[in-house]
Amino acid sequence: MADKILKELKIKVWRQKNAKSKGKFETYIINDISTGSSFLEMMDILNNDLIEKGIDPIAFDHDCREGICGTCSLYINGRPHGPDTEVTTCQLHMRKFKDGETIIIEPWRARAFPVIKDLVVDRTAFDKILQAGGFVSVNTGGVPDANAIPVSRDDAEEAMDAAACIGCGACVAACKNSSAMLFVSAKVSHLANLPQGKVEAKSRALNMVSKMDELGFGGCTNTRACEVECPKSISIMNIARLNREYLKSRLSR
Amino acid sequence: MSKFLTASIGRKFVMSLSGLFLMVFIAVHLGLNLLLIFDDSGSLFNEGAHFMATNPLIKIMEPILGLGFMIHIIWSFFLEYQNWKARPVKYAKKNMSGASSWASRNMLILGALVLVFLVIHIIDFFWVIKFSPEEIEHLAKGDYDLVAGLFKESIFACILYIIGGVLLGLHLSHGFWSSFQTLGVNNKFWLKRWQVIGQIYAVVVAVGFSIIPLYFMLGLYK
Ligand code: HEM
Ligand code: SF4
Ligand code: FES
Repeated sequence: MADKILKELKIKVWRQKNAKSKGKFETYIINDISTGSSFLEMMDILNNDLIEKGIDPIAFDHDCREGICGTCSLYINGRPHGPDTEVTTCQLHMRKFKDGETIIIEPWRARAFPVIKDLVVDRTAFDKILQAGGFVSVNTGGVPDANAIPVSRDDAEEAMDAAACIGCGACVAACKNSSAMLFVSAKVSHLANLPQGKVEAKSRALNMVSKMDELGFGGCTNTRACEVECPKSISIMNIARLNREYLKSRLSR
Repeated sequence: MSKFLTASIGRKFVMSLSGLFLMVFIAVHLGLNLLLIFDDSGSLFNEGAHFMATNPLIKIMEPILGLGFMIHIIWSFFLEYQNWKARPVKYAKKNMSGASSWASRNMLILGALVLVFLVIHIIDFFWVIKFSPEEIEHLAKGDYDLVAGLFKESIFACILYIIGGVLLGLHLSHGFWSSFQTLGVNNKFWLKRWQVIGQIYAVVVAVGFSIIPLYFMLGLYK
C-alpha cells in the first residue's frame, strides 16, 4: 500500500527554555507529511522548518530509533508514546494520525522527572532507583559454568519478560499517580526470579521502594494504565511480586 | 513500623487490609438487611437486629469496625494526597479511558460519596437505635418500623439509598481485586479469578442494597 500524504497538521507542543523557566504551548503548522514516516521523522522535518525560519528547534530525546533504548518519550494526544500500543515513540508512524489533525505533544509529567528543556525530562531518578538495589553480587575469579545453576523454565521466562523493560518511563507518565511501581517491579522481578538475584533479595525491594518514595514518585493504586501503555507490555503481576518481596523484606527485620 | 505506615506500599497495605475488613462487614450487613424484604411481619429482621445488638462478639467488633472505617478513610486521603503531589504540572490533554477503568481512577471520589451516604445512613438508623431508643419504643414493630417506615414514606430516602448501594458497588468493582493485588496475593492465574469474584461481589452489593428500598418504593410489601 502506497503511503498517503497528510497535507496539513497542527502541532501544539510544549516549549520551555530551561528547567527554571515557566514554559508554554506553541502551535506550528506542518505540511506534506508521508503516513509512512515515523513520528520522530515528522519532528525532524518540523525542526528543519523551524531552523529555516530562525526559530529554536524543539528539543526531544531520542537515540536508537528502533525501540530498544527507551530514550524517546513524548506524551502525544493524551497518551505516552502516542496512540499506538506496544511501541515507543520512535516506532510510532504517522499513519496513526488524520489529515488536518491537531497533535498535542507534552513532556512526561512527574515531580521526579523535571523538564530540562521543551520535551526533554531528567530521568536520572530511574538510575538512582537502580543504584539502590537493581544489582547482583558477583564473585571475582573464573566464569562459572552457565549450566551449573538450574533455573526452572517458568522462572527464566518471567525473569526474561521482566528484563524487557527499557526504562523509558512511560509507566510513570501514564499513571495518574506518577508511580514508578511498574518499572521498579520489573527490575525486582527480573532479579528475584533468578538464583543470582537471591543474595540481595532481602533488601532489594525495600531499598528500591524507599528510594522511589524519596524521589517523589507516587504510589500504585492498581489502575493498570502502566501495563497498557508500556511499550514492552510489562505485566502488573510483577507489581504483585514486588509487594510480596517488599512485605518479606519488611517482616525480616 | 512507622516507616512502613508512611511508605507508599505500606500505605496501600493499610488500605487493603482495612478494605478487606470492611468488605466482610458489608457482606454480613447485607445479609441481615435482606431480612427486611423476606419477611413483611418484620420479626425476622428484628430478631437479627436484636442478635447484633446483644451478641458479645458483635459488641467487641463494633468499635473495631468504627476504627476500620476511620483508618480506611484517613489513609485514603494521605495516600491520594501523596499521589496528587507526585505530578505538580498536570497534562493539558489526557486520554486515560482506554488504559484504565473509570472506577479505578476515581476511588477517592467514589469513597468520599460513600462517606457522605454513610453519615446520613448513620444518622437515620444507627444513631437512633443507639442513642435515642425512646423514638423506637412507641413503634409497633421496633427496628423494622424505623427502617421500613422511612422507606415507605420517603421516595427521596429510597433513591438516596439506591445511589448509596450503587456507589459502593462501583468502589468495590475496583477495590475487591485491587486489595488482593496490593497484598501480593495475585499472579497471572489469579488475576482473572479475583476480578470475576470481585465483579460478582460488587454486583451483589449494589443490587442487594438497592432492592431493599426499591421493594418498599414499589409497594411490594404486604
Ligand atoms: C463500606 C465502605 C468501604 C469499603 C468496603 C471499601 C473497600 C475498599 C477496598 C477493598 C479498597 C481497595 C484497597 C486496595 O486497593 O488495596 C478500597 C480502596 C479505597 N477506598 Fe474504600 N471502602 C469503603 C469506603 C471508603 C470510604 C468511606 C472512603 C473515603 C474517602 C474510601 C476511600 C478509598 C480510596 C481512596 C481507595 C483507593 C485506594 C487505592 O486504590 O489505592 N473508601 N476501598
Ligand atoms: S515498565 Fe515499561 S513503561 Fe515502565 S520503564 Fe519499563 S518499559 Fe518503560
Ligand atoms: S529512540 Fe530508542 S527506544 Fe525510541
